[in-house]
Amino acid sequence: MNAAAAPNTRAGRMAARLAATEDRLSGLVLPAGAGWLARAREAALARVKSMGLPGKRDEYWRFTDPADLMSDAPKPAEVFQITDEPAMFMGVDRLKIVFIDGVFSAKDSDPLDEEGLEVIRLSDVAATDIHWAQELYGTLEAEAQTPVQRPLAALNTARAADGVLIRVTGQVSRPVSLVYQRQRDDAELILHHVIRVESGAQLTLLENGPGAARCSIVTEIDLADDAHLHHVRAMGRDHQRRALTHVFARLGARARFKSFTLAMNGALVRNEAMVWLNGANGVAHLAGAALGDGVFHHDDTVFVTHAAPGCESRQVFKKVLHHGAVGVFQGKILVEQPAQLTDGYQLSQSLLMDDACQFLAKPELEIYADDVKCSHGSTSGEIDADHLFYLRARGVPEDVAKQLLILAFLAEALDEIEDHHLAEDMRLRLKRWLNRHAD
Amino acid sequence: MLEINNLHVKLEDEDKAILKGLSLDIQAGSVHAIMGPNGSGKSTLSYVLAGRGGYQVTDGTARLEGEDLLEMEPEERAAAGLFLAFQYPVEIPGVGNMTFLRTAMNAQRKARGEAELSSGDFLKLVRSKAKDLKIDADMLKRPVNVGFSGGEKKRNEILQMAMLEPRMCILDETDSGLDVDAMKLVAEGVNALRSEGRAFLVITHYQRLLDHIKPDVVHIMADGRIIKTGGPELALEVENNGYADILAEVPA
Repeated sequence: MNAAAAPNTRAGRMAARLAATEDRLSGLVLPAGAGWLARAREAALARVKSMGLPGKRDEYWRFTDPADLMSDAPKPAEVFQITDEPAMFMGVDRLKIVFIDGVFSAKDSDPLDEEGLEVIRLSDVAATDIHWAQELYGTLEAEAQTPVQRPLAALNTARAADGVLIRVTGQVSRPVSLVYQRQRDDAELILHHVIRVESGAQLTLLENGPGAARCSIVTEIDLADDAHLHHVRAMGRDHQRRALTHVFARLGARARFKSFTLAMNGALVRNEAMVWLNGANGVAHLAGAALGDGVFHHDDTVFVTHAAPGCESRQVFKKVLHHGAVGVFQGKILVEQPAQLTDGYQLSQSLLMDDACQFLAKPELEIYADDVKCSHGSTSGEIDADHLFYLRARGVPEDVAKQLLILAFLAEALDEIEDHHLAEDMRLRLKRWLNRHAD
Repeated sequence: MLEINNLHVKLEDEDKAILKGLSLDIQAGSVHAIMGPNGSGKSTLSYVLAGRGGYQVTDGTARLEGEDLLEMEPEERAAAGLFLAFQYPVEIPGVGNMTFLRTAMNAQRKARGEAELSSGDFLKLVRSKAKDLKIDADMLKRPVNVGFSGGEKKRNEILQMAMLEPRMCILDETDSGLDVDAMKLVAEGVNALRSEGRAFLVITHYQRLLDHIKPDVVHIMADGRIIKTGGPELALEVENNGYADILAEVPA
């Protein structure tokens, strides 16, 4: 490294960043472990050190300041007790895997032996060879470092002491439900999950948080040909929490991946998703509904790569912002040259309930194949005055009319939830949130 | 039923007067028609009565059965019995037609202190009324007006009117964009609602709707005022000679 490089040149800034990263991470002790997992963690740490930690002046972080996501200790966040509605997914018959303040809790979880499933705690791996997991842990994350670097995902790969490795080999009779509970104001959660769905197998994965004052969750998902994964995530209602999540998903031929995220409240949340459609006729749908009031910053950063022909991808992200809340969307569809007959769709919309709210969006398409259908749209605005008047002219009171229109606005995202009962449950939760936050 | 006296209205953010001293007195049980050239203020009148924003009443009154309409919110006017069939019904993606209708009906009932309609009774009622207007089950299930043809949108307006049973119905160019068959269907829907306790104000450009919905009184509107009032023969006169002759009679 050229120590003499002027600090105001690109090389100089990079050198300073790497030195600062080295300094910050010098005292970092990786989780105890041996064998392949230890090697994967060390390699990930080396990745972080080669890239440097991000800064708010990076193009990739231009709308969201990463400082609070990587400070030495999380800012304490009050534990938010929900007493006015049932816990998320309460009525669903599911295999529960519970983490409290970021640590797996055997006594709160169901036994991990289930027909068609292999579930292993990351912290139980020790030096055991688990070939399928070994091939994946940190692999998709490493692949996701191009074309855009995501050093905080690599840092998670290096630091995560807990998480689950799930392999689906057949039909699983009920969803796997990852539950992140919190008890301490200052808890930090760093989890890394690996999910492999074998050819023809199917799984529904539920996640509900918030889990800690600060969360970092990386989920690496590998779907073999004809594998299906349906992912439904609800991030909890804590106001002060900060969270950074990464979902990396690689799809084989005819594989289907559907992911929906519900986010209500949260001081700082960034959800990144990177999907590779590597086999012909794969389908990936990513959707989210986010509602914030006041101190709320919610960032959806999505990158979908079409590498094979005949695949379909959809991104549908909707946000409802009140009282100065901030919404961010960075979404990209990359269609590589072999990916003919791609069907790509990207929609990001925000409803701004007052003038103080902000929606920052960067929608992108990059297309190298010539026979593709790709559309994208990004809008922000108020509730449509003509719609509101029409409803009121029929006798619907203004507050009820607004709620109907907000739920209608969110409907296209909720439609991405396959299970109708779950979708209806989410809709009711959204409705209750809107009632609590009606002006 | 509806008494409008010397109504003056201007656009809220522009110094442009649209209604300039309009008066009307509509009795229960009667059908009044307003005809007039483009830009005479017909649609503004309907919007102001229904309570749409963007207009400012600078003078005059409008009362529905003695109650001051202009002081009420749009939803209060609806609950009080006023209904506007829109010239351009909006499409509202994501709001189901049935959900919308049921929410509207029950909101009005609640505002009037009446019991809400059960979902079974509502379904029975909406199905029978929809059948009369040849509105099929699929249209009822779709989001409000989304993907409806012009005729379907107008039929949907009449369905809402039939369900809500308002006492004062304003039809704003309900005939525009309708073919002859659709117009007949809409007119039959309106005629079925004619009753002693209900009044209609039919706003139209053309006489042909009035062949099907026979008015008791016809008004000619120009430049924000009623300039001539007569019987059904006045509509025929307009049809035959246009507005020019009538406008020429009136001192500027």
